[in-house]
Amino acid sequence: MSDGLASDLITPDAGASPLLNQNDLSILKASPLTRLSFRARETALNDAGTAFGVPLPVKPLSSETGDKRAALWMGPDEWTLLAPEDELQSVFEQMESGLGAHPHALVDISERSDAIILSGKKAVWLLNTGIFIDFSLEAFPVGTVARTVFHKSPVMVWRVAEETFVVEAWVSFMDYVSGLLVQSAQELEAA
Amino acid sequence: MSQPFRTEKGGRIDRSQQLTFTFDGEEMQGHQGDTLASALLANGVHLVGRSFKYHRPRGILTAGSEEPNALVGVYRNGDQTPNLRATQVELYQGLEAISQNRFPSLGFDVGAVNDRLSMFFPAGFYYKTFMWPKSFWDKVYEPVIRAAAGLGKPPKNPDHDHYGNLYAHCDVLVAGSGPAGLAAALAAAETGAKVLLCDEQAEFGGSLLTEANATIDGKAPADWVADAVAKLQAMDNVTLLSRTTAFGYFAHNYIALVERVTEHLPTPDPKLPRERLWQVRAKEVVIAAGSIERPMVFPENDRPGILLAEAGRTYLNRYGVKVGHKVVVATACDTAWQAAFDLADHGVEVAAIVEMRETPPESLMSIAKARGIRVEAGCIVTGTLGRKRIKSALLGRLMTSGQVASGGQVDCDALLMSGGWTPTVSLYSQSRGKVVWDADKGAYVPGKSVQKERSVGAAKGLYGLQATLEDGYAAGEEAAKAATGKSATITYATATGGEAGDGGTLGALPHDRNASRVKAFVDYQNDVTAKDVKLAVREGMQSIEHIKRYTTTGMATDQGRLSNMNALQIASGALERPMTDVGLTTFRLPYTPTTFGVFAGVARGDFFDPVRKTPSHDWVVDNGGVFEDVGQWKRTWYFPKNGEDMHAAVARECKTVRDSVGLFDASTLGKIEVVGPDSAEFLERMYTNPWKKLAPGRCRYGLLLNDAGFITDDGVIGRLAEDRFHVTTTTGGAPSVFATMEDYLQTEWPDLDVWITSTTEQYAVAAVQGPKAREVIAPFIEGVDLSNDAFPHMSVREATFCGVPCRLFRISFTGELGFEINVPRRHGKMMWETLAKEIEKHSGTTYGTETMHVLRAEKGYIIVGQDTDGTVTPQDAGMTWAIGKKKFDFVGKRGLERPDLVADNRKQFVGLLTKDPKVKLEEGAQITTAETPATGTPAEGHVTSSYYSPALDRSIALAVVKNGHALDGKTLYVPMPEGSIPVEVTGTVFYDKEGARINV
Amino acid sequence: MLLVYCPYCGVSRPETEFSCRGEAHIARPADPSQTSDEDWVNFLYMRSNSKGVYVERWRHIHGCGRFFNAVRNTVSDEFLKFYKTGEPMPDLEELAKEAGK
Repeated sequence: MSDGLASDLITPDAGASPLLNQNDLSILKASPLTRLSFRARETALNDAGTAFGVPLPVKPLSSETGDKRAALWMGPDEWTLLAPEDELQSVFEQMESGLGAHPHALVDISERSDAIILSGKKAVWLLNTGIFIDFSLEAFPVGTVARTVFHKSPVMVWRVAEETFVVEAWVSFMDYVSGLLVQSAQELEAA
Repeated sequence: MSQPFRTEKGGRIDRSQQLTFTFDGEEMQGHQGDTLASALLANGVHLVGRSFKYHRPRGILTAGSEEPNALVGVYRNGDQTPNLRATQVELYQGLEAISQNRFPSLGFDVGAVNDRLSMFFPAGFYYKTFMWPKSFWDKVYEPVIRAAAGLGKPPKNPDHDHYGNLYAHCDVLVAGSGPAGLAAALAAAETGAKVLLCDEQAEFGGSLLTEANATIDGKAPADWVADAVAKLQAMDNVTLLSRTTAFGYFAHNYIALVERVTEHLPTPDPKLPRERLWQVRAKEVVIAAGSIERPMVFPENDRPGILLAEAGRTYLNRYGVKVGHKVVVATACDTAWQAAFDLADHGVEVAAIVEMRETPPESLMSIAKARGIRVEAGCIVTGTLGRKRIKSALLGRLMTSGQVASGGQVDCDALLMSGGWTPTVSLYSQSRGKVVWDADKGAYVPGKSVQKERSVGAAKGLYGLQATLEDGYAAGEEAAKAATGKSATITYATATGGEAGDGGTLGALPHDRNASRVKAFVDYQNDVTAKDVKLAVREGMQSIEHIKRYTTTGMATDQGRLSNMNALQIASGALERPMTDVGLTTFRLPYTPTTFGVFAGVARGDFFDPVRKTPSHDWVVDNGGVFEDVGQWKRTWYFPKNGEDMHAAVARECKTVRDSVGLFDASTLGKIEVVGPDSAEFLERMYTNPWKKLAPGRCRYGLLLNDAGFITDDGVIGRLAEDRFHVTTTTGGAPSVFATMEDYLQTEWPDLDVWITSTTEQYAVAAVQGPKAREVIAPFIEGVDLSNDAFPHMSVREATFCGVPCRLFRISFTGELGFEINVPRRHGKMMWETLAKEIEKHSGTTYGTETMHVLRAEKGYIIVGQDTDGTVTPQDAGMTWAIGKKKFDFVGKRGLERPDLVADNRKQFVGLLTKDPKVKLEEGAQITTAETPATGTPAEGHVTSSYYSPALDRSIALAVVKNGHALDGKTLYVPMPEGSIPVEVTGTVFYDKEGARINV
Repeated sequence: MLLVYCPYCGVSRPETEFSCRGEAHIARPADPSQTSDEDWVNFLYMRSNSKGVYVERWRHIHGCGRFFNAVRNTVSDEFLKFYKTGEPMPDLEELAKEAGK
């Protein structure tokens, strides 16, 4: 984890036991975060980046990380901004004041999703049990973030290191997502 | 001695590993590396099943997945999997297999009487024999046919196994690992391309594992295979999948493979899936599916002991099994001669080579002569003798007149036949490619590629080891280049031997037998004979597609790979049209039978679909609540107390809400945050209602239409600030409302500065409803004056609940004083438990969706999707009050003015009261004006909602009725099987018509 | 399962990430009140539903959320072009000719 992107932000939930702990694969619940949905036109991006502390990526499917901040490209006018849980109020206010007259929408979605951290040699294999995306490093390099579908659930996948992924799903879908990941990983324990 | 037909040595089986298995309870021995078919043959067992229709004894015909006869059931986890091809079932210690479609036993089968009654089972017999009397179909014909015909029995228990899924991407997918496939994989891999090589068999190598008389780069073919596989295995860019069938080729180079992971293991680790579905997106595909040998269509060509020639050779060279001790080889092409020579070299007596051609190649004749094999050229087989196994073959000599003269009889215990070769074009055909007739090859071969694929080697009718290898290498290079742009210097292997042969025949052979008494099978599995195909033509079938359906030829599990060409030739002869004019049926997926388990994958049990739960879920479980499924959500339906049934629980909950207070989980309601300077303008355009003048802190009921003018959703919308609205939608409508809003924003009004964000799961929502609602929430709410004056009905405030920030709405879906508290999701459990405890102090109740439905129906509030069905306008629903009359436009405004929507006779939303208050109507029941309408009378409308109302102590109902608004006080009828129910049309508000209770 | 290219994400993704929303370039009349009943019905319901080259709206619903347009051959399922919402409809004959080569 220590070498991954945003390792000061995406941390395992110390209070939760691992969902899966194998030699080549672990699944850990991530700690709560501040998550903001930011929507605006391109003209607002510079000011938004300054206010947030890291620039907002314009390259599709990419992310920017900085000191306890991460900005994830979700769409051409949509970003997810990540910050520590206790900075919700301050980041929200900084953004609102920094954006001035730029039309925009800033919405608190901190509680909408849960995140899990998937690490290990078999992480790509496991993701591919339910996601039809090529996760080779050429096609999905470190830093890539994408919303997609895992079996029947919408998810977001963010590659924070070669073998580490953050997987987010809306809270009510997470039992399904993590449950299926854990179930599918069982065969790796077979003799 | 055990395994009397096993060779002394040779083959790829591990003779040091003796395996015991049973077939129909009889214990036998085989070796590691055997298939069930090869092990049975080693034990001298040819009779393995009874045919579908005539219950004729049938033996193993092939050595591959196209096997039509040797379908067996194999036990696993105490239940049997039916219809597995014995030629594909790998032998393991303790394997238990059974034959199928026989009673009481395989050797003595009473169903075999069908064979002698076959005049009653001609082509199309389903369509003609059992047409009359009609009532006999269900009761007599179908049960009898079902009992007598068919294949295996379905398993009785739920599937104990689990099935995996894996999505994969590759540059080059190679399907098939014979010489062409291996060469293609080697060449593509050498360029660095990501290669996936799959083969349906346990071992890679395809025909090379059978080939004993050739060399590749100076090595025996099987050794070359081993080296090639080892080389591929060592490469990171190569994935090798044995026991893996490419069974479906879909659009955009999407290929489905099924990998049999544990089926071949005696005691599989339960953690492993039985099978795995691979869903592959390949940039380029190489189809190296090979070709299969064609049966010869002569009378009694289905007797056990009759096999395809190459299958006989495969059993000999690969499995070390002799198909018989005295073998006749009947052929029309060169390749089968090699089978005869190999058998002879293993000490099997080859009784005769019966060669259809008048002058077979001299080279073959001389080899036969050297081995002392009798050759009958210009001869064919005209019949066979023997009961459960062939005893002798009848020969016929082809005369120049076209007649056949008897050629005597040759005793044998096995007969190998070859009518030539048919390229396997199934995958190509599935890729939507059109096959073309190649007259030189006498075969349909792949035509132009429709997708990014190419067929190689025998799959396109190219034979000969050297040519096939070259073709494979070249195709591999070409595919890799097309996929990645990369190439490499590839060294091609060179082969000696394995030359291509000539010859072949199509269709039914002539004979000198009594045509009405003998059967020559075209489609073994479906018991279709040459006569059936001719009969179908005589009865008017012109198209091969019709002939196929009428006779069922080509509808077997091999998709007609064995039978199609012969059937086509017979049809073409009967139609007196060239074969190319008759057409060819389409090869459909799956290539070989594929289990339902593989298709279902993980979508079963708890993971069939996501189960979405709200934060109150655990509390509800602990407190005995009953859930109902609302889409993917689990919502609490009702909370039975002290053994109450649903009716009692709902009555109590309803009464308690109206008398004191109730607590309801409304978390599943859709929530959308609409933010930006143009928010009000946007909502103005989306919803029927006006929004610009709504003050921050106030709420309004919003009605959403589609552009046709019909109601699609509704919900309360609160204005949090000038540029921020909190929109609620129905539970089921949340995704579609969001998508509709995005659609209009992105494509119709991209100039608006407004954005929408789904916050459905950001908040947990508790509804507290009833006269005591204010007292219940007051202790926990800070930051809001809750008095009626300061915080009136239809207001919203930001506040705190137990110190947690919340959005507090004063709204009601019950007609009582009501609040809905939105807290960040994580605090939902705390909120629910706090309120559940608090309502007890006020003799309140938690309530579920059923009570919610009753309470709203008492107030006449619609539920979109229950009281509306996509054809109801606001006028129909009596909701014109929700329409902003002065608005320039909104979604649906123009639609509402269409003539159809303002016409008379529209069905309008009304209340119904049964004359007998105890009678509750059925939802969906039809409504008529006449008490006993004549049959065929159209209904005036139907009941949309119906409940027992505790507040009124009688039944109530809502309905849509033609011109209903004008029928107030009139009597209508709801005709039911038990009699017609008289009802009175009323308004839709049954309780507290003045709405006083809401504003306290 | 088709492979669909999203012009906003710049990648091809499986069909399951998308929803197809029917024929493209059907504009909602700017002033509906001035639109005749017949024109409104045409806008609501009438689609060319042609066999062959067809222009469709797709939404990357489980991706970036954007609507975009795609030219698809309804016979072969081949996509001939993907382009962003707001961009003009390409010359279909030209595209079909290109694809036929």
